[in-house]
Amino acid sequence: MASNKKYWKSEAELNPNDSIVETLRHNEFVQDIPVDEFLGDKDNLASSSTNRRDFLKYVGFSTAAATLAACEGPVTKSIPYVVQPESIIPGVANYYATTIANGFDFASVLIRTREGRPISVLNNTDSKTNGSANARVNASVLNLYDSTRLQGPTLNGEAIEWNDLDNAVKAKLGSLKGSGKQIALLTQTYASPSTSRLIAEFKNTYGSNVNHVTYDAISEEAALNAFEKRKGIRALADYDFSKAEVIVSFGADFLGDWQGGGFDAGYSKGRIPQKGKMSKHIQFEANMSLSGANADNRIPLKPSEQKVALAKLYAKLNNSSVGGELSESVNSALDLAVAKIKKAGSKAVVVTGLDDEDAQSVVLAINEMLGSDAFNADQPILTRQGDVKAVNALIDAMKSGRVGAIFIDGVNPVYSLPNAVDFEEGLKNVSLSVNFSTNENETTAVSQYVAAASHYLESWGDVEIKKGHFALTQPTIKELFDTRQLQSSLLQWMGSDKSYYEYIKETWSSSVLGESEWNQALHDGFYVKSQPSSVEELVDVALAPVVEETTAVVPIASSLRALANASNSEMELTLYSKTGMGDGQMANNPWLQEFPDPITRVSWDNYVTVSKVDADKLGFVNENVANGGLDGSYAKITVNGVSVDRVPVIIQPGQAVGSIGLSFGYGKKAGMKAEMQTGVNAYPLYQNFSNVQSVSIEKSEGNHEFACVQLHKTLMGRGDIIKETTLEIFNTKDAEEWNVQPVVSLDHQEVAATSVDLWDSFDRTIGHHFNLSIDLNACTGCGACVIACHAENNVPVVGKDEVRKSRDMHWLRIDRYYSSEDTFEEDNVKKDEFDGLTGDKGSLGGFGELEHPASNPQVAFQPVMCQHCNHAPCETVCPVAATSHGRQGQNHMAYNRCVGTRYCANNCPYKVRRFNWFLYNNNDEFDYHMNNDLGKMVINPDVTVRSRGVMEKCSMCMQMTQKTILDAKRDGRVIKDGEFQTACSAACSSGAMIFGDVNDKHSKVAELKESDRMYHLLEHVGTKPNVFYHVKVRNTEEV
Amino acid sequence: MSYFCFRFRGVYLLYSFTGERIVPKESKETIFNMKKVTYRNQFSKVLGVSLVVCLLFSANLFSQDESASAGDAVKGKSLFNQNCAACHSLNKRMTGPALANVEASLEEEGLDRQWIYAWVKNSPSVIASGDAYANKLYNEYNKAAMTPFPTLSNEDIDNILAYTAAPPPAPAKPVASVPGTETASSGGLSNELVLGALILVFAMLVMLLFMVNKTLRRIAEANGVVLEKEASEKRTPIWKAFVQNQFLVLVSALVLILCGAYFVYGYMMQVGVDQGYAPVQPIHYSHKIHAGDNKIECKYCHSSARVSKTSGIPSLNVCMNCHKSISEYAGNPEGPSQEDLANGRTNDFYTGEIKKLYKAVGWDESTQSYTGESKPVEWVRVHNLPDFAYFNHSQHVSVAGVECQTCHGPVEEMEIMEQYSPLTMGWCINCHRETNVKVEGNEYYEKIHAELSKKYGVENLTAAQMGGLECGKCHY
Repeated sequence: MASNKKYWKSEAELNPNDSIVETLRHNEFVQDIPVDEFLGDKDNLASSSTNRRDFLKYVGFSTAAATLAACEGPVTKSIPYVVQPESIIPGVANYYATTIANGFDFASVLIRTREGRPISVLNNTDSKTNGSANARVNASVLNLYDSTRLQGPTLNGEAIEWNDLDNAVKAKLGSLKGSGKQIALLTQTYASPSTSRLIAEFKNTYGSNVNHVTYDAISEEAALNAFEKRKGIRALADYDFSKAEVIVSFGADFLGDWQGGGFDAGYSKGRIPQKGKMSKHIQFEANMSLSGANADNRIPLKPSEQKVALAKLYAKLNNSSVGGELSESVNSALDLAVAKIKKAGSKAVVVTGLDDEDAQSVVLAINEMLGSDAFNADQPILTRQGDVKAVNALIDAMKSGRVGAIFIDGVNPVYSLPNAVDFEEGLKNVSLSVNFSTNENETTAVSQYVAAASHYLESWGDVEIKKGHFALTQPTIKELFDTRQLQSSLLQWMGSDKSYYEYIKETWSSSVLGESEWNQALHDGFYVKSQPSSVEELVDVALAPVVEETTAVVPIASSLRALANASNSEMELTLYSKTGMGDGQMANNPWLQEFPDPITRVSWDNYVTVSKVDADKLGFVNENVANGGLDGSYAKITVNGVSVDRVPVIIQPGQAVGSIGLSFGYGKKAGMKAEMQTGVNAYPLYQNFSNVQSVSIEKSEGNHEFACVQLHKTLMGRGDIIKETTLEIFNTKDAEEWNVQPVVSLDHQEVAATSVDLWDSFDRTIGHHFNLSIDLNACTGCGACVIACHAENNVPVVGKDEVRKSRDMHWLRIDRYYSSEDTFEEDNVKKDEFDGLTGDKGSLGGFGELEHPASNPQVAFQPVMCQHCNHAPCETVCPVAATSHGRQGQNHMAYNRCVGTRYCANNCPYKVRRFNWFLYNNNDEFDYHMNNDLGKMVINPDVTVRSRGVMEKCSMCMQMTQKTILDAKRDGRVIKDGEFQTACSAACSSGAMIFGDVNDKHSKVAELKESDRMYHLLEHVGTKPNVFYHVKVRNTEEV
Repeated sequence: MSYFCFRFRGVYLLYSFTGERIVPKESKETIFNMKKVTYRNQFSKVLGVSLVVCLLFSANLFSQDESASAGDAVKGKSLFNQNCAACHSLNKRMTGPALANVEASLEEEGLDRQWIYAWVKNSPSVIASGDAYANKLYNEYNKAAMTPFPTLSNEDIDNILAYTAAPPPAPAKPVASVPGTETASSGGLSNELVLGALILVFAMLVMLLFMVNKTLRRIAEANGVVLEKEASEKRTPIWKAFVQNQFLVLVSALVLILCGAYFVYGYMMQVGVDQGYAPVQPIHYSHKIHAGDNKIECKYCHSSARVSKTSGIPSLNVCMNCHKSISEYAGNPEGPSQEDLANGRTNDFYTGEIKKLYKAVGWDESTQSYTGESKPVEWVRVHNLPDFAYFNHSQHVSVAGVECQTCHGPVEEMEIMEQYSPLTMGWCINCHRETNVKVEGNEYYEKIHAELSKKYGVENLTAAQMGGLECGKCHY
């Protein structure tokens, strides 16, 4: 049927007499192309010195010259040390234990150095303090080699010498001594015994007007205050979730960065079903967080309602009641939680992430009341010390001109303060401002002196992460630039000739170590102070709840009332920190920018998460456009008259209706490469340092282009990809029922899929046979493995545009699936019950429905890397045999042999092969770390940097397994279990990834392979992978 | 000589020399010809050494003869080299003063031979006795007391003094004094002469032939003989005949193409293969002198080959372990070879190269101390494996026990280091196919070797059977 529709391209077409439209009807261009101008002038052409024949000569010559030059090999220089350091052997890695303490992330780590340069971060597995290297800590090594780092001190942007700075500062400090004006130190949380002592001495030197203010960009003010009130120490309670059988969380993303993070390893321990038991996790939250995604029961709830729910929970546990209204479903969920907690008693724990002192107090009260084993108030966490009141007081003092000098270290207040304008204004009244920073940022731009600070890998330091748990930071490389850390400068300014190293040593020998050896502590990277006699303490603990309850009854009552009467607003914003970006201090790190968020799978962006219901109401859309990219609307968010515009919108399944979420850490501009200036800054909305805000949100113009690496959100009933079951079924039924082995038809008989094979099998019983076990129960989706893989295998960063084209290069991805019905099981049932093409149970409409995630879906994470199939489909289609199989079970990829047909990628059922569409190193189009000499220092010398046009994929860290074997051969010994590691398994602190040799019958991985829960991904394809998964068991009753 | 090397501080030494006698007897002489300086602070060890010397010369001790005073300069030289050369030179101030004509100069100070005996045998006691000159000397040389040599007899000292007074003439060097270039040209001239004569003879023969031919023609002309030139021209020219014979054309074209292809293939295959690559290095370092003449173990300098993937270019402090004392090249006892001289490699040339090392490492010979101004040497890398090929020295050197020479060739004969092997993948694989894995005494291999050899039905497994041909073992 012909259509009469007329399409017009511009409004000019509406005018029938328009001359341009008329011209365009006949000609391609409105005006003539001005070729005659230069071709018409014959004289000009003739007089040109280069004629056609000359041109051809040049072309010929240059081609020949290039060809000839290519035949000659380049001359490579080998430059040995003049005096080789004793500890460095070229080609052999050294490991140093150190500690990251950047104010947001605190963890004991091992740094691997090669030829003196740090190349990767590993977990310090000996460390007994919680908090292993997360994705950001893993990526922190790249910040050392950031080409935009400050290379020396500056005064108003002009480079100066340290001497000049020191003299200016000393003079100023001298003049301020005794004057009424403050000398302010605005710093990150150090939690450092030596720095505390140092600042105290600094106070002694320069008088009581020295004011040290600690500022956390993302504040834990409420929790700190609540804890301080109860326990008298400004700290955070520690939790060991491995000891909890029931975990109830009210908006606490304890698998993320809640109260400093680092709780995931303990949590995962309790999530692996052992002897029929695993922990039960109930999460009440607004945003879909990592914790919510891992929860057994997740109840989407606006923050104000979470408060009410928390109050009710407390009341119900005490068999009393409080006011406040909640919906029926929430009430029943609460009842369930109460029943569980009551049953578990001291094996239960309640946590909350609400920035509300009342809520935090109530939670502390509940845990004390329960006598929760997981709750530890005696060794509290000290890694958050920020004091909002002090910060605000400082800003006031600055504005009124009562501050004479300010020293800023480790924080970027102009970027991260909600009232940054006030701060900037105040800074103008301070006659001396010195800012210690590794990079240019918003605050250095307005500071007088910028003191180039050393990276933590170049610094000395110490930190008391938990009470009694000390850790040491030692330099792993000499300062790359003319930089100095604050502590060294303070010593200098105090006229001390001690180095900070000597100062720390002094502190430790006098007040930390006691009888222990400094060298041992430095070697280990940590030191745990032995606790006072245990008997007394046990009595203390037993008595504590009783005592507390009597003293805390009154404040709790008022807190409860406040919670129950929490005002409900129409739209509530929960601000959070993203797994990849944290508080934003590492925003210049391309690994982290390209790291896809575990939940939304979006990289290179932050965004506001909105529920489907609200999105429909407000007119927000997310759509996949023709090239496969994800597009979204923009929103304008306003809090108390402060608005942030052009915030991209992601429609987030599981987001509580009436709530939105937005992450910190993005929208940095100053000192950033253009490619890294991503997202919007959420800090202006962080009013009164509260992560919950009442907001208004409206649609604004335009369409945002996301770089999302996973466009398909649901499993669509493909239960064999992520197999899961419930604890009840797992405990009561045979494995065949919940871990169904696929069958195929052979000679009209149903036989096990694995029994039918096109290929002969090789004998793999001799030598090593590597397998990787991934436990879906233990995997929290934290993504540390993704970054560790990046660092180990020189995986290139490709940038937002390329990621949007699905050309991301991650060798290891963590797929995240939502259920379409309320649970995955219901998806499976729905799919199985399809009957016919159309109708109620028709597959046509049914599959369409299954594409959409539920409003509160179940979530599952699945790390997928090359499965190293014993019968690999990629190997058979490679025309040049570039990919082949080794006896040890690894699927090899010879880059130099690959011609780039990409057949292998097409034939791979797991889609884990990555193609180098471009040259990603030494290429200005991809101006990330591999495009400058400094950034290239992070490259692992044992792994080839791939070139354009070749296929690459996970090698199962061949270089690591080969090294382990070689070391054993050299020592002439048998390899012990646990020695074989891959980058991902070594980075996994939750115990989800276990790597090893299955031919070693006593190995952990061999044992895991025999487990009932073991299954292979897409087993029916018959690829016989060497990576296997463990069926996810959920501790839910309803399925 | 071996003790001399042991005395060096540093880990490498201990590693490389345990159980290895690096300097066999026959080469002693060569090394002794080098000038030595060494160690001031290792008296205890020197004492031990002296003990050894004592044992060696015990015969002399018993036959000590007080009356001897003239001394034997030849014996003295060997004693000097053994005992004194570490700190003294004849004409140069080293750790201790120059010793040429020491007796004469001491006489000027009014000190006799008895004083010298006392000083050599126990210098600290002389100093302690308050002897003015002894104390002056002691202070002048940074208060480094001379090692006591109680084992040296008066006769030995006499011999040494004789040597310092008039060192025996160096062995006559065959035409050594003639500058190298001349020698070269003279050798070349004789060859050229022969060649020139031959050419002359050949030219004369040709001329002779030509003249004979001409004469014959003339005779023929004179006799009226008509040459049958025309008749021959009627025949088809050979090239035409060739063109007409299509089969022949085809066959020769084929042969040409095949030959061409063969050579093109041969040419192509050597692109990027740098066998024989012997670049000029910033310091002319002779493996022949070090590894060949002086028999220094490869892994003494390339120590990381034992534990690392790279063999490691030795850092300059390793060079200085020996070159602190060896500041001049004395060459072979027979003098530089013809070949060396032809290339201008005289003793002075080598000494000049040692000076380059001193400059790079910042060693001041006159004060015998480091200046701190150093500049790393930019060696030109000889063996260049592509980035995508992983090779580990320790795997081959430590685990498999492969000799360095297997891949690097007779390095000990190379004056200029060159790439001996093609370093192609085919070459690697060939070796992996042919070489048995060294499993003896290695616990790691026990199980896998037992099982695999049973499976393959062989007694010894090759590297290939062990999995040494898998792509991923070298490419990742």
